[in-house]
Amino acid sequence: MNAVQKSESGWRPNPRAAGRRRSDRLATALGMIAAGILVLVLASILWTLLSRGLAGLSFAALFNPMGPPGSRGGLANAIVGSLIQTAIALLIATPLGLGCGIYLSEYGENNRFASCVRFVSDVLMSVPSILVGLFVYQILVAPLGHFSAIAGSVALAILAVPIIVRTTEDMLRLVPVAMREAGAALGAARWRVTIFLCLRSAKTGVLTGILLALARVSGETAPLLFTSLGNQNWSFSLNRPMASLPVAIYQYAGASYDDWVQLAWAGALLVTLGVLAINIAVRFSARRG
Amino acid sequence: MMNETDPQVALAVRNLNFYYGQHHALHDISINFPARRVTAMIGPSGCGKSTLLRIFNRMYDLYPGQRATGEVMFDGVNILEDSLDLNILRARVGMVFQKPTPFPMSIYDNIAFGVRLHEKVSKSEMDGRVQDVLTRVALWNEVRDRLKAPAAGLSGGQQQRLCIARSIATRPEVLLLDEPTSALDPISTARIEELLDELKEDFTIAIVTHNMQQAARCADQVAFFYLGGLVEVDSADRIFTNPRQKQTQDYITGRFG
Amino acid sequence: MAGVDFSVFFRSQSPSRMTTAQTARTEMDSSAEPAQRRIGADTAFRLFVGACALLVLVALGGLVVLMGVGGHKAFSTFGLAFSFTDVWNPVADLYGALAPLFGTIISTLIGVTIALPLAFGTAFWLTAIAPPRVAAVVGTAIQLLAAVPSIIFGMWGFFTIVPFMARHVQPFLSHNFHHVPGIRFLIHGAPFGTGLMTAGIVLAVMIAPFMTAVMRDVFAAMPAMLRESAYGLGATRWDVMWKVVVPWSRSGMIGAAVLGMGRALGETMAVTFVIGNVTAVGWSLFAPRSTVASLIALQFPESPAGSLRLSSLLALGFILMLLSFASLALARLLRGDRK
Repeated sequence: MNAVQKSESGWRPNPRAAGRRRSDRLATALGMIAAGILVLVLASILWTLLSRGLAGLSFAALFNPMGPPGSRGGLANAIVGSLIQTAIALLIATPLGLGCGIYLSEYGENNRFASCVRFVSDVLMSVPSILVGLFVYQILVAPLGHFSAIAGSVALAILAVPIIVRTTEDMLRLVPVAMREAGAALGAARWRVTIFLCLRSAKTGVLTGILLALARVSGETAPLLFTSLGNQNWSFSLNRPMASLPVAIYQYAGASYDDWVQLAWAGALLVTLGVLAINIAVRFSARRG
Repeated sequence: MMNETDPQVALAVRNLNFYYGQHHALHDISINFPARRVTAMIGPSGCGKSTLLRIFNRMYDLYPGQRATGEVMFDGVNILEDSLDLNILRARVGMVFQKPTPFPMSIYDNIAFGVRLHEKVSKSEMDGRVQDVLTRVALWNEVRDRLKAPAAGLSGGQQQRLCIARSIATRPEVLLLDEPTSALDPISTARIEELLDELKEDFTIAIVTHNMQQAARCADQVAFFYLGGLVEVDSADRIFTNPRQKQTQDYITGRFG
Repeated sequence: MAGVDFSVFFRSQSPSRMTTAQTARTEMDSSAEPAQRRIGADTAFRLFVGACALLVLVALGGLVVLMGVGGHKAFSTFGLAFSFTDVWNPVADLYGALAPLFGTIISTLIGVTIALPLAFGTAFWLTAIAPPRVAAVVGTAIQLLAAVPSIIFGMWGFFTIVPFMARHVQPFLSHNFHHVPGIRFLIHGAPFGTGLMTAGIVLAVMIAPFMTAVMRDVFAAMPAMLRESAYGLGATRWDVMWKVVVPWSRSGMIGAAVLGMGRALGETMAVTFVIGNVTAVGWSLFAPRSTVASLIALQFPESPAGSLRLSSLLALGFILMLLSFASLALARLLRGDRK
């Protein structure tokens, strides 16, 4: 049914529109090409990692300690070393980061000291990680005269703290004032309100921050080079050099022994899977929260 | 009812159904929008009036999973057809939103943006166009000295008038207004209502509103929607004095909605 | 959200937002807690969290100061010329920062130049073109990949890009462009596959997912109504992108680029594998070079404590610190002019 007479001019595309459509098509094509390149390159990285990493992954790689070329050495001490150092780093960074984040959100309004700390924490977040390694070398390694696992943990902790500070502060700020007032109205002291009401209701977000910090530091290599150094043998002493997965990868990847290179790929796969797993956990916890 | 072949009908909607994915949002709507008249669409939230408005410029095309069936005739063409050139349609059917949406550029460029999309216009001609549309929305005197200033610096009411100016600068035939005054204060609202009265000399206007007084003041024709269906459409006088349907009566007297 | 670093960037918005909350909290404070014991606990708590904050402050302060103190010997030996000398000779004990600084800056520039269009194009594709389901999957994958440790990119570059450059790109370039005067000096060098170009490519691949993720967040933050009103005027996707979305999110995009640049500047592992590690200055993009971070990583372990070489490395670290600080300051400055 033709309700209205069709005017001849109205629907005719004008030349200007045609030109715009051409540039739209061009831009669309370029956008697709850019996305294609990026996706392909990233897929190639994952593919290389998977194919070479799986080839290197074996019982020996997971359960034998590192050893000289050709000795069926593995990465077990590096894996355990990484777990120990990361765990200690989080043990140091979590209370420190939480405390600092709480300070900034609860006491840090219109306060020169707090804005200074906030700024410094932001700077620390983007400081090149190798400089953190240098710093810890100067305060813990050089004075004591030896490399140590604890120095490595401190370096990782310094990298983790600003992330925890940021998320803690942001999440606490999202807690409604009404909740604080309700707590105070019940006669709770301020620190109780902060810890048992605010921190609890911001729990998911804060946890996400800690996980993000964990993901960030668990693949870090540069800050460990001059602190925990790496170790070919089992060592559980925090006072001695300790192996770690990223440093082992670094040492092995550049080597000219095939079995070492294979181990490096296996290690790289493990580190990547670990970091991705943490990040996926972060997404789930963030979605639930 | 308007005659089917009446040349005075700008938009003729026949058996229109609309779906958000699985959700059937509009049921079998048929309604005419008379040319150079104001048609107000009223009804409780979620009744489908904004959905109908967004069909007229195919805004729903931006969102996959939304689709319309039926017929909306505009200038001899069913605008629901896939082959339609959306850019031309949107140049001919302008839209103003609930909140002012100034683009992040100067007042002048906000207006020039839409014009340049469709026409090649010389500098002096553009200046004329800008002055013309700003005068029509009664904004010229307020902004003539700061055309190059960012549009974001205007007040809410001024921004909304700028958005109307921006829409009419591309010389559309139909103007869609989706609760254009819901974010504005009473004085700005009154100015925009006055403006509608002048604009209807040149444009076919479809306005969604929650404000009964506004519908009564501005509209020639009023359509009442409820639960995705068109309950009643008639002249504003008739709807507000003597509606045929009890539902309409209940709604305009504030008994529900 | 992949942009942990990016949240740095939006920081300034939070304080003002909570002013009413703060007033309420201050009142809460003064609504005197009667019991003496409670006030004691509150004070202790406040002191504890304040001490944590102080420790963070001290950490960065210490970082800057120690780097400066450690590099003092180098600065006092060579003077300001340290920054402009291109000698790095452990045998003669002569050191200058120019070669590694040059390598850092050029490789970063190459990385950002490649990554920026890739990231922008991908973000455009993700927000405006791709079907939502595909965009969700690809977008998530890219966000996840932004978190992959940099050493992985270094290894990938070492085993994939370096041989590719050595076997294909460099022979091709030197065969075809060897006699072109304007290009010749850029491609000169033996086909090792390492060098500034390789490092730049690896850096680009490393920062592009991060920049994409941030840009996508920024684009997605634009109110839907604004986008719709641009489409409502009859604009095409590219019109909307270029004339509305880009101006609207300009400062966010610059922030993404600068933060990506900051990452590339201080990157150690991804670069050390592929740069070739030769301390020299030259225009060839295909000859082995070094960067500040790679030089520190390689030479620090073999520098004896108290030596001039160690001090020079720390001085380099100090300069790198300043560079990274400057890029953060730049990001904040560019964001600041939004209003």
